[in-house]
Amino acid sequence: MKELTIAATVENIETVTNFVNEQLEALDCPMKAQMQIDIAIDELFGNIAHYAYNPEIGQATVRVEVVEEPLSVVITFIDNGVPYDPLAKADPDTTLSAEERGIGGLGIYMVKKSMDEIAYEYKDGHNILKIKKNLN
Amino acid sequence: MTIEKNLNGAELNVKVIGRLDTTTAPQLEAEFKGNINGVEKLVLDFAELEYLSSAGLRVILAAQKVMNKQGEMIIKNVNDTINEIFEVTGFIDILTIE
Repeated sequence: MKELTIAATVENIETVTNFVNEQLEALDCPMKAQMQIDIAIDELFGNIAHYAYNPEIGQATVRVEVVEEPLSVVITFIDNGVPYDPLAKADPDTTLSAEERGIGGLGIYMVKKSMDEIAYEYKDGHNILKIKKNLN
Repeated sequence: MTIEKNLNGAELNVKVIGRLDTTTAPQLEAEFKGNINGVEKLVLDFAELEYLSSAGLRVILAAQKVMNKQGEMIIKNVNDTINEIFEVTGFIDILTIE
């Protein structure tokens, strides 16, 4: 298990992505899965950066765990900002025209569709969001 | 992300290279804001776009809405990963992909 605790800012999305990618590369993660995970980091860490402590800046922890058989990676995002369950939101209507469409909820929807598992809990003052992706 | 643009009369060609995400999407948004006036055909070349997140989709949707009013927008050279994102999000139905 490896863990990174860092200021939750948009500028740090890249640092988090590089940190996770290093672990993925050590696992020979398929390119597509890595891209899907990178997108998930952009959405999830981006959400924390934008909303968890706004307008203050707080810390967030990103934990990477490897699970065997089937080989998968579990990434956990932890912050102690305002309680927010991104999974509580209804999925966006993806059949609307350009004019009718808003963009709300699309990020988390993409993460739900591309990951194998996603779970949220609020515990001891922490938002804990966990995603799991099978690598083979 | 790098943006290469080429304005030819009323046709604007924009090539997006790299990642279109939370960090870089504002850059593309600014390009559109500054250059889209009077454009009748907007061509986005995604040949070297690695991936995009919802922040990128938001900018693409905004450009599509503007171009629906003043002309057309075409996206070309969409790779499999990007195409899958367009499919999952239903963007495939509102964009013109060549």
